[in-house]
Amino acid sequence: MTTTVEEPPAVPPLPPEAPERPRARSTVGLTIMRVVSAAAIPIVLFALLWLTFDFLRDADANRFALAGVAIVVGVGGVFLLYWGMNRVVDLLPDSIRGAVRPYVFVGPALVILAVFLIYPVVNTIIISFGDQQGEGWVGLDNYEFVFTDDSMLRSIRNTAGWIIVVPAVAVSIGLAFATLADRLSRGEKVAKSLIFMPMAISFVGAAVTWRLIYGFRPEGFGTNIGLLNGIKDGLGLSPTAWLQVKPWNNLLLMVIMIWMQTGFAMVVLSAAIKSIPDEIIEAARIDGASEWQVFRRIIVPSIAPTIAVVTTYMVINAMKVFDIVFVIGNAETNETEVIAERMIDWFFLSNHDGRGAAIAVILFLAVIPVMIWNVRQFREQEAAR
Amino acid sequence: MTLTAPLPTEVEEKGPPPAGEAAEVRGGGWFVRITILVVVALWLVPTVGVLVTSFRPEPLVETTGWWTAFAHLFDSSQWTFQNYRDALDAGGFENAFLNSLAVTIPSTVMPITIAAFAAYAFSWMEFRGRYVMFVGVVALLVVPLQMALIPILRLYSDGAQIGGVPIFPDLDLNGTFLGIWLAHTAFGLPLAVYLLRNFIGSLPSSIIESARVDGADHFTIFWRLVVPLSVPALAAFAIFQFLWVWNDLLVARIFLGATEENRVLTLALQTLNGSRGEDWHLLTSAAFISMILPLAVFFGLQRYFIRGLTAGAVKG
Repeated sequence: MTTTVEEPPAVPPLPPEAPERPRARSTVGLTIMRVVSAAAIPIVLFALLWLTFDFLRDADANRFALAGVAIVVGVGGVFLLYWGMNRVVDLLPDSIRGAVRPYVFVGPALVILAVFLIYPVVNTIIISFGDQQGEGWVGLDNYEFVFTDDSMLRSIRNTAGWIIVVPAVAVSIGLAFATLADRLSRGEKVAKSLIFMPMAISFVGAAVTWRLIYGFRPEGFGTNIGLLNGIKDGLGLSPTAWLQVKPWNNLLLMVIMIWMQTGFAMVVLSAAIKSIPDEIIEAARIDGASEWQVFRRIIVPSIAPTIAVVTTYMVINAMKVFDIVFVIGNAETNETEVIAERMIDWFFLSNHDGRGAAIAVILFLAVIPVMIWNVRQFREQEAAR
Repeated sequence: MTLTAPLPTEVEEKGPPPAGEAAEVRGGGWFVRITILVVVALWLVPTVGVLVTSFRPEPLVETTGWWTAFAHLFDSSQWTFQNYRDALDAGGFENAFLNSLAVTIPSTVMPITIAAFAAYAFSWMEFRGRYVMFVGVVALLVVPLQMALIPILRLYSDGAQIGGVPIFPDLDLNGTFLGIWLAHTAFGLPLAVYLLRNFIGSLPSSIIESARVDGADHFTIFWRLVVPLSVPALAAFAIFQFLWVWNDLLVARIFLGATEENRVLTLALQTLNGSRGEDWHLLTSAAFISMILPLAVFFGLQRYFIRGLTAGAVKG
C-alpha cells in the first residue's frame, strides 16, 4: 500500500502532449507493484473475512461470543470491502481510474442482485419444467397441475380474495381513520400510533395473538379461553370452531392482515391529507360544501395518487401472504390455502421442486402487471423532478 | 331538488353564524372522538389479550379467559413472571433471541451500505448504462422472494454448473449466518437503492460540486458529506429493514434451518405454536418476547419509522 506514496512524483514530469507511452516505459516497476497490491488487498481482506466465517460455523462456540462476532463481522466486513476496493482503484492509472470507480460503487449491488434475484428468476423458470427431483423434463405438466389440482385452484381463489379484501378494507378504514383523526384537537398522535403498532409485530406473533381471539374448545373440553367463544359463552350460546367454518375462515385470516396493515395505510394517507393546503379546504367550506363533500370532492381527489400507491403496496403484500396461513396451520383441511403457502408446501414439505417452482412462476407472472405500473410511476416521478 | 349543502345565506337566516358553527364543530367532535376511541379499543384487544395472558399463572390461563383477570387486577396471586422464565430457559428463547440479533443487525447494515454506495454512483457519478442499470434494479423491486428460494438453496448446497462447468462454487452456506445475510441483503437491496437514490439524488448539487472543486474524491465526498446528510433516509430504511428481517419467518426457516441451535425467534415461536399450541401461558410470553424489540424500536424511533415506511410507498 506504500506504493501510493511513490506515485505523485512519477506523474508531473511527463510532457502533457504524450502522456501515455513515456509512463508505460518509466513506471514498469510501479505498475507491477500496483498490480501486486491491487491483487493483495482484496485477497487479504477476503481471507480475513473467510477465517471469521469459519469461526461462525463452529457450532461449539459460546453463543454470546458467536452472536457478537457475527454482528461485528457482518457490519464491519462490508465497509472494509468497499474501502479496500476503493484503495485498489486509487492504484490504477489515471486514465482509467475515473471510468472504473463508478463500477466499484455499483458493482457489489449489481453482483448480489444478479446472483440472488436475476439468476434465481431464470433458474426457477427452468426448474418449473422439470420433474420432482429436477432429473427429467415434464413439459407443462407442472403448470397443468397448478390449474387442475383442487387444492391449487382453491389457493388461487383464496389469494384472489386476499388481494381484493385486504387492500380494500385496510385502505378504507385507514382513510376514514386518518380523516377523522385529523380533526382531533388532541390525542391524534397517540391514537395513530396505537393503530399503527401491529405493523411492528411479526406475522407469526400476530397469528399466535389472534389464535387467542379465535380459540375454540369443544363443549366438555374445558372453558373456552378464546375471546369470541368467550363472548358466545357469556350469551349462553355453544362455541364455534371459527377457523374451521369454510369459507368464512379465510375472512378471519384476512382480518389478521387487515389488523396489521391498516395502520400503514392510515399513516401514509394521513401524511398526504396534511399536505393538502388548508386554504383549499377552507375555501370549499366557505362556499358551503358539507364535510362529506369536502372529503369526497377535495380530499380524496387530492390524495388519489397516494391511495393508488398504498393500494398497490398492499396488493403485492397480499399476493405474497404466507406466514399467517402457515402458522395457523391445517390449510388443506380448512381450505384456507394461498399461493405462496402452497409453493412452500410443495417445495419444502412434499419435496417436489418442479411443482414448487411452477407455483412460484405463477406468482411472479401475477406480480408483473404491478411491476410495470411501478416502473411507469417511477419514470413519471423522474420526469417531474 | 334538495341541496346537500346549505347555502351561506340560509345559514345566516337561521341565526348568528358563530353559534351555528360552534355547534357543528362540537357535534362533529363527539362523533369523531367516539369513533376513534372505539376503533382504537378494538385494535388494542388482541395485543392486550396476549400481554395479560403472559403474566397469568398457568392453571388460571387454562381455566379462565384472560378478560376475567381484570376483575382481580390487584390480587397478586393472579399474576406471575414464571411464564417468561420458562420460555427463556426451557423454551430456548434466550438462544433464539441471540440468533435473531446476529441475523438482523448485519442483514440491516449490509444492504444499507451496499445500496448507499450504489445510490451515490447512480446520482453523482457519470458512467455508461447508469439509467438502464438503475431502472433494472428498481424493476427487481417486485420479484417475489419466493421466486428466489429454490435456486439460492441449491446454489448454497451444490453451487451452480453449466454443462459440468462450475460457474458458482459450492460455498456450503446453508445454515450459516453469511448465507442468510446475503439473502436478506439481496431481498432488501432494490428498495434500499430506490429510496436512497431518491434521497441522495435530491441533495443540492452545489454542495457536491464545491467539494469536488476542493479536490475531494468520490469516496471522501460519499463518506464525509453524503452519508452524514442522508442520516434521516438511512435511519428510515434501517428501521424498516430491521423490522422486516426480525419479523421474517420464511427466509430464516429456509436458509438457517429450524434446529434448536440455529433458529431465530419467529421460528422458535412457530415451532412452539405447532408442538404445544394449547400451552397458552408459554405461547403468549414467547410471543411477547419476540415483540419486545420491534415494539421498543417502534415507540422509540417512531418518527424515522413512519418516514421510512411512507418513503417506501410514496416518494416524498
